[in-house]
Amino acid sequence: MLNRRTILGAIGALAMLGAAVPASAQETYIPLISKGFQHQFWQAVKAGADKAAAEFGVTVTFEGPDTEAQVDRQIDMLAAALAKNPQAIGFAALDSQAAIPLLRKAQEAGIPVIAFDSGVDSDIPVATASTDNLAAAALAADKMAELIGGEGKVALVVHDQTSRTGIDRRDGFVNRVEEAYPNIEIVTVQYGGGDHLQSTEITKSILQANPDLKGIFGANEGSAIGVVNGARELGKTDLVIIGYDSGAQQKQAIRDGLMAGAITQNPVGIGYETVAAAVKAIKGEEVPAAIDTGFYWYDKSNIDDPEIAAVLYD
Amino acid sequence: MTTEAATPAAPSPAAARLSGAHHRLLAFASLIVLVLGFSLASPNFMQTSNIIAILQATSVNGVLAIAATLVIITGGIDLSVGTLMTFCAVICGVVLTYWGLPLPLGVLGAILAGAAAGFCSGTFVAKLKVPPFIATLGMMLILKGLSLVISGTRPIYFNDTPGFTEIAQGSIVGVLIPSVPLPNGVLILFLVAIAVSFILSKTALGRYTFALGSNEEAVRLSGVNTDRWKIAVYTLAGSICGIAGLLIASRLNSAQPALGQGYELDAIAAVVIGGTSLSGGRGTVLGTLIGALIMSVLLNGLRILSVAQEWQTVVTGSIIILAVYIDMLRRRKL
Repeated sequence: MLNRRTILGAIGALAMLGAAVPASAQETYIPLISKGFQHQFWQAVKAGADKAAAEFGVTVTFEGPDTEAQVDRQIDMLAAALAKNPQAIGFAALDSQAAIPLLRKAQEAGIPVIAFDSGVDSDIPVATASTDNLAAAALAADKMAELIGGEGKVALVVHDQTSRTGIDRRDGFVNRVEEAYPNIEIVTVQYGGGDHLQSTEITKSILQANPDLKGIFGANEGSAIGVVNGARELGKTDLVIIGYDSGAQQKQAIRDGLMAGAITQNPVGIGYETVAAAVKAIKGEEVPAAIDTGFYWYDKSNIDDPEIAAVLYD
Repeated sequence: MTTEAATPAAPSPAAARLSGAHHRLLAFASLIVLVLGFSLASPNFMQTSNIIAILQATSVNGVLAIAATLVIITGGIDLSVGTLMTFCAVICGVVLTYWGLPLPLGVLGAILAGAAAGFCSGTFVAKLKVPPFIATLGMMLILKGLSLVISGTRPIYFNDTPGFTEIAQGSIVGVLIPSVPLPNGVLILFLVAIAVSFILSKTALGRYTFALGSNEEAVRLSGVNTDRWKIAVYTLAGSICGIAGLLIASRLNSAQPALGQGYELDAIAAVVIGGTSLSGGRGTVLGTLIGALIMSVLLNGLRILSVAQEWQTVVTGSIIILAVYIDMLRRRKL
């Protein structure tokens, strides 16, 4: 009896699921497999993708693993997406090598692959929509130099030393300082996993070790918030803090003057351009191999400009 | 209802066996219902390539869950299976890529690393009397840290070892029967399941695994060296995690040092859905295998149906609670 009831229940649940999903055989379907899902940045990418989907009349889905370490989960998502016979696919690889066999399968099936965010190290993607992180971090270095008067000690709090974005933002900043600002000394580069709390503790130890530190660059949202928290907990008000990306807390810190300013990518643009490129590729139109989705410097003075406000997210 | 009423109230061995079979039947029926349901809901579900994708997605979690099953039957818990898997993958990377040794030594290295770590956990639990939850929680963190230290926090790639990706991605079955390109990873999962089933049902180690979970004190008082058997179970579980490490490394063609935490929960969920009791003394490998399949079929099916990701996790959580609730109902009837 229990047996029967359970099975009936399960069938009922499935029937509901089935009913909830529109019959979408005729529609153009483009799944986006992202590097993350629950962070505000990825939600902004999703918003851009949804906007393009509505505009071009296509269906998109957006999925990504819980953490950027879960390479195998992302591969499973990609496999499930391919099983749905999509017309094109958007993919932000956590590890390019691991994904190549499946991407090759997509290529053989004639499914165009659009890489987004950090791209894929392969010639399979027909286009890559991403931020030039090296150039963006170099801009952060220029702003840092300007704000601390071209000399003194600075430090970096970066999310990790393994991901493409972590490496590029670190190198972009460090290289720019080394080649253009001989009087600025980078005392340390520390990694906090993009975790608010961990980055806070790191910042406090950096400040304790270097009382004469003039500035810190936080290389992503979590790192930047951690730097702000650390400086505030130690009561250090004269530190120049430069952040990356946006989010409600970071925007507030800039309005309050705790943070000098930040680099923002254009996550909505990344999502939008990915879907737009996919639609073009499906139609057989030419797509540029590299789509630079742009970046901006924002601070107290321009945070409410329509152009900037459009690419910031909460 | 009639069948239950006919079962004697006292939990005689025959009744326990019957109810175990009953639960497996139930879990298996749920799996079939899920597969049928998803097949009806989407024509893309019941495709050979998708079925293979599901099995492949099950292989790593399935092997980890089998390792967890062993420890859970003794009344313990192993929280370190996920990061141990990663640790073994990293050791394999060190042997093959850093040292440039031949493939069989890499395989051996991964399994021995797993056995050594399992031996440590077992010793902490049996000899130092640290509760399994704490001992394996500690091991989980130690192994996570060691993986990052040894690898220098960078993925280790296996590009210099041709054939390494074949361990999980190749298909011996496909060579023999071209119409069934079953990946080796899945074959290895099945082989591990058969081997551990055999150990549990036919060997002294298996009998003591169950006995430790049912009544450790009685086993000890009857003159058995329970510590030794317990350490043996953890060591076996560890070496199975080594196999999982090989599978994931081969699948990704790299040892990813940051991966692994959180995988222990998926493994434990599969064990529980498969009807193994968290209080020990009861459980089967077949049940765990079905539990792991239910989880991957569910996730894959929901993805195929384009159910939003937020809801996928809600559904998975509900299924875990439902499965254990059914198990409880059944046990109350005994």
